[in-house]
Amino acid sequence: MTVTTNVTKTVDARGLSCPLPIVKTALAIKELGSGDMIEVLATDPGSTKDFVAWSKTTGHELVESTVDGKVFRYILRKK
Amino acid sequence: MEQNLALVLFSGTDDKLNAAAVMTAGAAAIGRPVHIFLQYWALDSFRADRIADDHGLAPEAGDAGRRAVDALAAAGQAPWHETLRQAKELGEVDIQACSLSMDLLQITESDLDPLVDGVEGVTSFWLAASDGQVVFI
Repeated sequence: MTVTTNVTKTVDARGLSCPLPIVKTALAIKELGSGDMIEVLATDPGSTKDFVAWSKTTGHELVESTVDGKVFRYILRKK
Repeated sequence: MEQNLALVLFSGTDDKLNAAAVMTAGAAAIGRPVHIFLQYWALDSFRADRIADDHGLAPEAGDAGRRAVDALAAAGQAPWHETLRQAKELGEVDIQACSLSMDLLQITESDLDPLVDGVEGVTSFWLAASDGQVVFI
């Protein structure tokens, strides 16, 4: 299932190292409303575990976590 | 998760300050309040006129470490003070200068970068640290 069409905002964190993908996402998600979807593109290999942990702590649901070559893609739904 | 984290920054080299900035930003991202206490050479690196200077690396970095750090910076890695600025934007991050170190360096609050929220003594630091974890870098 793909939910790309429902994405409100995209954070391009490609090339940024830890913890900036999370930091940029956390800042961006503040601007969204509850239930809005955000897409994150990242190349930081630690980001996969970080987004799982961040989602668990903040309650923003990690809807998708995929990888295409060196680019990780996450979709989150704001709590 | 509301458990607070206290960082005591002693070292003023860019690698250690970056490690501290990363820890801070990560904690801020999960909603943990962070209290930072700046001592000695770390405080010196927060002087407004020097914050963006090259503060060197810890001795164990060596030449290879220097090249690795330079390569990351050339690839666009944000400097530690920028990461700290973002962490402050994101969450509850309070940065305090150690008053003894202010005396040591013979500086006043106006010499410090606006990232620094104030000056305090060690007693105030321990009160702020409360029963949270304390990390010394």
